[in-house]
Amino acid sequence: MPVMSYIQAVTTALREEMQRDEKVFILGEDVGKKGGVFRATDGLYETFGEARVLDTPLAESAIAGVGIGAAMYGMRPVAEMQFADFIMPAVNQIISEAAKMRYRSNNDWSVPMTIRAPYGGGVHGALYHSQSVEAIFANQPGLKIVMPSTPYDVKGLLKAAIRDNDPVLFFEHKRAYRLLKGEVPEDDYVLPIGKADVKREGEDITVITYGLCVHFALQAAEKLAEDGINAHILDLRTVYPLDQEAIIEAAKKTGKVLLITEDNKEGSIIGEVAAIIAEHCLFDLDAPINRLAGPDVPAMPYAPTMEKYFMMNPDKVEKAMRDLAEY
Amino acid sequence: MTKKRHQELGLTDEQVLEMYKTMLLARKLDERMWLLNRSGKIPFVISCQGQEAAQVGAAFALNRKEDYIAPYYRDMGVVLAFGMTAKELMLSAFAKADDPNSGGRQMPGHFGQKKNRILSGSSPVTTQVPHAVGVALAAKMEKKDVVSFVTLGEGSSNQGDFHEGLNFAGVHKLPVITMVENNKYAISVPYDRQVASNNIADRAQGYGMPGVTIDGNDPLAVYQAVKEARNRAIRGEGPSLIEAVCYRLTAHSSDDDDRTYREKGEVEEAKKNDSVITFASYLKENEILTDSVEQRLNDEITKIINEATDFAENAAYAEAEDTLKYVYEEK
Repeated sequence: MPVMSYIQAVTTALREEMQRDEKVFILGEDVGKKGGVFRATDGLYETFGEARVLDTPLAESAIAGVGIGAAMYGMRPVAEMQFADFIMPAVNQIISEAAKMRYRSNNDWSVPMTIRAPYGGGVHGALYHSQSVEAIFANQPGLKIVMPSTPYDVKGLLKAAIRDNDPVLFFEHKRAYRLLKGEVPEDDYVLPIGKADVKREGEDITVITYGLCVHFALQAAEKLAEDGINAHILDLRTVYPLDQEAIIEAAKKTGKVLLITEDNKEGSIIGEVAAIIAEHCLFDLDAPINRLAGPDVPAMPYAPTMEKYFMMNPDKVEKAMRDLAEY
Repeated sequence: MTKKRHQELGLTDEQVLEMYKTMLLARKLDERMWLLNRSGKIPFVISCQGQEAAQVGAAFALNRKEDYIAPYYRDMGVVLAFGMTAKELMLSAFAKADDPNSGGRQMPGHFGQKKNRILSGSSPVTTQVPHAVGVALAAKMEKKDVVSFVTLGEGSSNQGDFHEGLNFAGVHKLPVITMVENNKYAISVPYDRQVASNNIADRAQGYGMPGVTIDGNDPLAVYQAVKEARNRAIRGEGPSLIEAVCYRLTAHSSDDDDRTYREKGEVEEAKKNDSVITFASYLKENEILTDSVEQRLNDEITKIINEATDFAENAAYAEAEDTLKYVYEEK
């Protein structure tokens, strides 16, 4: 089985879906000749041509809005936002239009569109190239938000997103792009959107997280295992709508739950996860639900001291896991 | 004998009569909706009155079997011309389950009907412009001889989506026709407090497309402009911007009182150019709308509206639990 990086899995999924279905096309800033600022669309312009790997004007609302129109016509656009931080001008199109199209037209129209965007920090990107923006969209029924943690999941979930008949936001952690490598089958597989995935079985504590933080939690779990503490790790994979069943099951399994996000703490995805656990697992808990998150400051600063303070890392995760295990 | 104006445009007597009938139907339906609103039967109306000529003239210049439209909330004339029926519009006014626009989910004026290629619209203005551009992009990719037609008010031409959409269409030479129905007011704020340029058509210059200002009270002038724009689009020459100057004869909506911001005399003056009257005069001068034809049309339209009203009033609402349906695809 080939080993590839997280970003190679993105490119592979795009390439395979474009080969499979001629309705699939890419639009975004610098996605064509350049192959994207991160090179996620590397080589696709050469294979599929300008019409299907379209360099758009620098205008995010148009990228989303034109994608919506093309999707309503019957295409399967994959729009790229160059950075998740730059999705803000497109929020009206995403929330007022894409999310509500099926509902407001009583199932007459739909928007089978995927919007990809690199998110997350730890890359000296400062306030506007480091953000996690998922919480903004995570109370918008009609949207699905996928945030994969491994190259295997990237390929299977991106293919599923492109085939989905509703709008999917697909957030890729930009630090994971070249940091994470893994085995990715060559065959044409899809993974279910809306399903969480157990990334590590354990009996002592439960960690529920998503994206790059899954990787940090797995690293920390190996260290804890040396001391006889076995962590159970649930990767949400889809952060909206949440896989409630999997969350409840994972929480009940150990009774000690740590929730992790790289986003600011208040109002984040893990607050909703905590609420689900509080509603369903009160008598199964042996410790308060713990949350480990970024500080409640607007975004990640540029200077390395402050960036490190904000950014999640394996040490922070390990400490939080140990504290919970010892509770 | 010199050709009549509509004949010069290639329109038959039957076609212009059909245009007039559609305009009149829109006007009369709209008037009925106000009555229903004022008698407490429907919660809301937003009007097409004063803009029927622009709407119907434009729609008749399109291919009503193939083209896509992204109308805005006043476009009753456009959607009627594209195949939505009076009954369906009344179902929407009464928010009934069989409303094809939204099944009673959206306020009236939020048009959408896939079978007639009417893109679903929302309330935040101008979001439909990029959608129309996306349809045109897709049609071009699929090599179809299809254009998309999108409308909005002059106030909405200040929104980013107008500028982002037109620029996108201009860069990629897409078959999109954007028609601004300049009715002089964005709710209460008049043109000179909304738009810095002398006219809306000038805005086209920045986006590499022709822009024209035409008399929106003249359905034939609108027909001609849209027809030319469509021909250009089909020839692969890209998008066009059309400004149809008309006047909003009613308040912004049933919840607005326009007496607080405009003079009664101004409205009375505008009524002299009411297209439903002036186009009727044209048709009468050309002996197309004879007294007997006019009588027949009026009777027919009254019957259509009465039947539509009764039908919609007696139709069922959606079940309360239908609130939960169609958030995502249901397999």
